Amino acid sequence: MNELETSVHIKDLSKKFGDFTAVDKISLDVKKGEIFGFLGANGAGKTTAMRMLCGLSHCTSGEGTVAGFDINTQQEKIKRNIGYMSQKFSLYEDLTVFENIRFYASVYGLSSKKIKERGDMLLVRLGMSEHKNTFVKSLPLGWKQKLAFSIAVVHNPKIVFLDEPTGGVDPVTRRSFWNLIYEAAENGTTVFVTTHYMDEAEYCDRISLMVNGRIMALGAPDKLKKEFNVENMDGLFYLLARDTSTL
Amino acid sequence: MNSIKINNISKSFGEVKALENISLEINEGELFGLIGPDGAGKTTLFKSLVTLLKADSGTSTVCELDTVTDRKKIRNIVGYMPGTFSLYSDLSVYENLKFFADIFGTTIEKGYDLIRDIWVQIEPFKNRLAGKLSGGMKQKLALCCTLVHQPKVLFLDEPTTGVDPVSRKEFWQMLRKLKEKKITIFVSTPYMDEAVLCDRVALIQDGRILSTDTPEGVINSFSRDLYEIKPQRVYDVLKTLYSWDKSYSSNAFGNSVHFIGKDDNVSVEEILSFLKMNGISVEYVKQIKPSIEDCFIEFMSDRR
Amino acid sequence: MNKLKPFIIKEFYHIFRDKKTLLIIFILPIVLVTLFGFAIRSEIKDSKIAILDKSLDEMSIALSNKIIASRYFVNSADVETDSQLEEKFKNGDIDVAIVIPPDFSKNFLKLNTTNVQILADASNLNTATITKQYLSSIIGSFTVEKLSNPNIKEPINLSLRLVYNPELKDVYMFVPGLLALILMLVSAIMSSVSLTKEKETGTFNVLKVSPLRSYHIIIGKLIPYLILSIINVIVIIGMSVVIFNMPINGSYVLLFVVCILFLITALSIGVFVSSITETQQSALLLSIVALFLPTILLSGFIYPIENMPLILQGICQIFPAKWFIEALKTVMIVGGGIEFIWLQLLVLASMTVFFIGLSVKKYNKI
Repeated sequence: MNELETSVHIKDLSKKFGDFTAVDKISLDVKKGEIFGFLGANGAGKTTAMRMLCGLSHCTSGEGTVAGFDINTQQEKIKRNIGYMSQKFSLYEDLTVFENIRFYASVYGLSSKKIKERGDMLLVRLGMSEHKNTFVKSLPLGWKQKLAFSIAVVHNPKIVFLDEPTGGVDPVTRRSFWNLIYEAAENGTTVFVTTHYMDEAEYCDRISLMVNGRIMALGAPDKLKKEFNVENMDGLFYLLARDTSTL
Repeated sequence: MNSIKINNISKSFGEVKALENISLEINEGELFGLIGPDGAGKTTLFKSLVTLLKADSGTSTVCELDTVTDRKKIRNIVGYMPGTFSLYSDLSVYENLKFFADIFGTTIEKGYDLIRDIWVQIEPFKNRLAGKLSGGMKQKLALCCTLVHQPKVLFLDEPTTGVDPVSRKEFWQMLRKLKEKKITIFVSTPYMDEAVLCDRVALIQDGRILSTDTPEGVINSFSRDLYEIKPQRVYDVLKTLYSWDKSYSSNAFGNSVHFIGKDDNVSVEEILSFLKMNGISVEYVKQIKPSIEDCFIEFMSDRR
Repeated sequence: MNKLKPFIIKEFYHIFRDKKTLLIIFILPIVLVTLFGFAIRSEIKDSKIAILDKSLDEMSIALSNKIIASRYFVNSADVETDSQLEEKFKNGDIDVAIVIPPDFSKNFLKLNTTNVQILADASNLNTATITKQYLSSIIGSFTVEKLSNPNIKEPINLSLRLVYNPELKDVYMFVPGLLALILMLVSAIMSSVSLTKEKETGTFNVLKVSPLRSYHIIIGKLIPYLILSIINVIVIIGMSVVIFNMPINGSYVLLFVVCILFLITALSIGVFVSSITETQQSALLLSIVALFLPTILLSGFIYPIENMPLILQGICQIFPAKWFIEALKTVMIVGGGIEFIWLQLLVLASMTVFFIGLSVKKYNKI
């Protein structure tokens, strides 16, 4: 595959903790601008795998590139070219909206001029301009979520990793959040997202399902449904992940 | 009898109105779902019913006992689990269960009948520390601990949050089986798809009840015509529809789009031709019955 | 480096917006400096003295008056015999005594060596040494004054004898304070953290919705700490007696009673701390700042309370460790019975009741 077109390429990636194999030889390729859903039960190895992709954890074996950089030797470069949003939104509650934007933007290496520019743009797009100086802890959940995502992409990274970004949020906010994801993907940002909402799996271009450290299904949702003869992603999950959830 | 009656309960924390005039009646033996997102007021309502919190105004009773004046009696007869992980992670599975039996002055043997179906699934791990269990197993243990003293009413606050979909499904199967034992079960959840598994549901958002009915009742109360559009790319369709003046709302639902026309005055043909005009071909457009989530979204926008 | 700047700015925001952190960074150092500044005194003031004058002649009376006239000493008892002296020490009526031997005037004026003895309470070695120095200078100037000759060899020979710990056993010095510290640490701090943990993880709420009352939960959690602390007491005292040969002059039974009472007081404070904090972290912080530190600095463990300024002395009274160490020293070192420590026991018991009462109110509120 054309290197410029591939955002993420991993081959036989593994992670062992002593005797325990958390990630067992997984391989996948994600195209630029793709929305890729990374599914799996808790403890299946999703988080461990994502940490390796983000350059946060060393691989026990295997090879790959993320945003064109080698995951074994160029972890620092990877970190600079990706965005990351964690489950609990990674915003500082005791800082204001703008202080959060400014902090993360400078951590990502943006100049003060750029920070102001992008920051203002971000606020307008989210409709939060008048809340520039509001403490994050006073914001409703949905706003925090959208702010966190916008901050994760403020430096226009090639790939953004989202770790269960829509937990517990109302259905309307969830959807407007996914609009942000769609927009980002349209602009060429690759989105790598994990989720517990099976309907969100269907919003993705392709998904992978991890069970016990291995990838048991990989492909477009529609294709997988035909292949495994299930009605929806729920059914796919049930079929492949059921036995392991009771361990 | 073993029912829950909530009458105009309100509760504020400073300026935040957590609950606003909530009234509900849950009948004996019902599996009742409180459906709503984070911050809707679910936990606050539950805490006031199990006597951990005093409401600012209004009254409520559990098994005909007042939640303010009969606190001690209520605490003897209800089972309460606030989320999946309120167990002791440094005690074993068995030690946790025995502890909860002991503090209620009962034994595991006495409650065995009630917990048997669930217990046999985790019994092989009975010496494992609770902290080392998977999310699904912790859930099952928590349920056992709540049931072991044979409560009359069960309050489960978001028992399936953060748990994988398979375990979620299994959990609800266990709840339905418990109904056979005539326990009243009041469950809260942010997952709309779990609503259909309940006898009746109340949809809650921002401290107010949007609707109370059986799942079918909620669906039947949906007053508009709902269309399902099956596209190639969901986002392309959404973007196009946003610009249509005949669109009242369009929302992504999995790999399709749910569309409501303005004044219910839009036909399938009109939708198809508008999309075609904008270069979008779709697999089909058809009218469908709404899901609970469709109803929730509609109720939310009604309130706005 | 530009990479550091955003972090530095952000951290300042966090610090100034968090009251607890501000307290520790600014208020705590000020408090400590004040405490240390005033607590470490190399002066003594109004030390309670008794003068046993076995001469009762012109010079001895003059010397007595000069001593009493100084601002360092206050005449706190009139004694005529050695055994009366002993009793005054035991009662705590006096901190120091001077014994002037017979034929003082005769020997003094004839420039014969005469031995004046200082008796000091050994449980405050610091004070004893300073006392000797002060008396030395008073006597020095008395000699010069009366004999009108600065070059004369000092006829008065001043010797210091420490009572109740003549061999200066270190173990007497630190065992009471150490006991207070360890008991405070295990009982109060551990129990407050443990109780707050249940609140933090949510299990406390689950326990409340049961036949259990708050006091069941609390007492049930405290009893293991009580038992373990009693074992600690036995081990510490046992080790001190057996390995370090620390003698115990009072009744062992009374000793344990005092320890257990203090234990319960410490536990009640631990419960109170847990009732006003929500996280283990703040429970730990509050316990250390409000309990551990004062036990070290303000209980008389290291720095004698009598030497502190009046305001600080007043503040010391509110810390249970102070009363515990007093009672302990009286029983262990002085060998006093319950009639000498009833006040300390009463104070500790009242503090216990007070903190338990407050905690019960807080825990039962919904």
